[in-house]
Amino acid sequence: MILFAEQILNGLQLGITLFLMSAGLTLVFGIMKVINLAHGSFYMIGAYVGATVTAASGSFLAGILAALGAAGISGMVVELIVLRELYQRDHLDQVLATFGLIFFFNELTRIIWGKQPLFMDVPTWLQGNIEIMAGLVYPVYRLFVIGVGCLTALLLWFLFSRTRLGMQIRAGASNRRMVSALGVNIKLLYTLVFGLGTLLAGLAGVMAGPIFAVESGMGESILILTFVVIVIGGIGSVKGAVIGALLVGLVDTLGRAFLPQLFRLFLSSSVADGVGASLASMSIYILMAAVLILRPKGLFPSHD
Amino acid sequence: MIESPSSSKKKLILVTAGALFLAALPVAATWSGDVYLISLFTRVIIYALAAVSLDLLIGYGGLISLGHAAFVGIGGYVTGILYVHGFEGEPLLGLFGGTDNALVVWPLAVLVAAGFALVIGSLSLRTSGMHFIMITLAFAQMLYYFAVGLEKYGGDDGLPLYSRNSLPGLDLGDDLQFYYVCLFCLALFLILTSRLVSSRFGLVLRGAAGNMRRILTLGIPGRRYQLVCFMIGGAGAGLAGALLANQTEYVSPTLLHWTVSGELMVMVLLGGLGSLFGPVLGAAVYLLLEEILAMYTEHWMAYLGPILILVVLFAKHGLFGVLTGRED
Repeated sequence: MILFAEQILNGLQLGITLFLMSAGLTLVFGIMKVINLAHGSFYMIGAYVGATVTAASGSFLAGILAALGAAGISGMVVELIVLRELYQRDHLDQVLATFGLIFFFNELTRIIWGKQPLFMDVPTWLQGNIEIMAGLVYPVYRLFVIGVGCLTALLLWFLFSRTRLGMQIRAGASNRRMVSALGVNIKLLYTLVFGLGTLLAGLAGVMAGPIFAVESGMGESILILTFVVIVIGGIGSVKGAVIGALLVGLVDTLGRAFLPQLFRLFLSSSVADGVGASLASMSIYILMAAVLILRPKGLFPSHD
Repeated sequence: MIESPSSSKKKLILVTAGALFLAALPVAATWSGDVYLISLFTRVIIYALAAVSLDLLIGYGGLISLGHAAFVGIGGYVTGILYVHGFEGEPLLGLFGGTDNALVVWPLAVLVAAGFALVIGSLSLRTSGMHFIMITLAFAQMLYYFAVGLEKYGGDDGLPLYSRNSLPGLDLGDDLQFYYVCLFCLALFLILTSRLVSSRFGLVLRGAAGNMRRILTLGIPGRRYQLVCFMIGGAGAGLAGALLANQTEYVSPTLLHWTVSGELMVMVLLGGLGSLFGPVLGAAVYLLLEEILAMYTEHWMAYLGPILILVVLFAKHGLFGVLTGRED
């Protein structure tokens, strides 16, 4: 029971990271209708810049701020130079150009930071464990990640449903020309939305820094998971991103923790570990296939 | 896709020149002593085969698959697994023995890849557009993790083969003979696919890519045509996988990695989408560019990335389109 609760929390924490990634990506998909494979690169930029600034200044908060700035600004620059040209192109061109961006950013981090992965320590004020309930001791840092993610989700909800900017973004998603005719600078709006998305990816990256190794190419593995989240949740839907991210986070974590044990009940332990582990890493893709058979447009299809 | 007479004449000249070049290359390389060119171009030919099969999907079927590496990997693993069972004399699933006979292994690689394409295609074709791209990608990743989990066949480390397959009357271990076998496979697949796309089947396929609703209204089951197209594409990639396993004498999960799918897509676009012969040129240019850039700098990817972006932004019909002066 204790183990189960702990794994639920782990799944929640992975789900939160995935939410931060998929919220930005689903906005870009839903509003600009652009498929962006390079979204993981901004996660990587966030992690690298965050780790470097944290190590230099000794302050984790400064690291987070630097990561947000670096990811957001580089996102806006990329939007201005490359993405803007791709809005009217078909998806194939978008896939290829952003694939080129991945090559560029992965190699750029190797040039700047070298081939060795960076390691980021958990800041002292977030070190240690806390006893949540009798017998369940959980690292403070992971709780911090869950908290920051929930706060971000709230802020996003506020931005979209309660502010003028959010209203313009929603309007731009449903009719670009009409919004433009009403005097809204739609180009600037798109740049801001793209920057917001990459900023969220940067936040996910810097918070993942102390948990995973910071290395070139780290963005791709999370990118694929993010795609799965978006396909399950429905492209363009932030609500879908929340539900999809939590679902994928929980299924992946619980599968890895419990599937090998489940198979041990009726297979020899070495076979069970192998079968369980490979089935666990396939579980989210099986989940996705199942969702698509029942709901080809995802759980929360956006209207278009 | 209308071709002017001068464009189709240029195309004929270009294809003939390319075929003559590939046929004469090993002779010239042996004569000048640059034998490494033979294995480099064997690689080009095999990747070209995979890229042509992807062009059939993207350029004619309108099916933007970002999981084509899965079928290359399946072809490779069929070759590898049969080889290991033949080598160790242990029957596969306790039923039939392994083999290294190319006449058995290669058709089987093609069939198994087509079978997987049938399953993946019939699930993925329920969707379209952006969803289709991401679903094919996810299926390929699923198979990638499956291959990583295949502990019996090397898992993450992959599976070494101790020799190439045997083909009666030929010695595939000889690089020169293997080169011509690969070239023969590519030529056969090109002839097959170019006949296919100009047949009624190809017309329906293009119609479905342009306007599915209209095709359905005409009473033609467009989705079924797309599924068959997806299977033929998968089959071609499966053959490429079997050849690649033979060339490197090694199979590993990296064959199925999504970056391979991306690279195949790059070759198709670089050469020219929907031209079948273009991707051959695309594969050659991509692999040679990689080779040449790597000679000058270890950070060649930092240059290749921006080159790709420039090609996407400015060369609409790829190199083949530029050379043949193709118009819309």
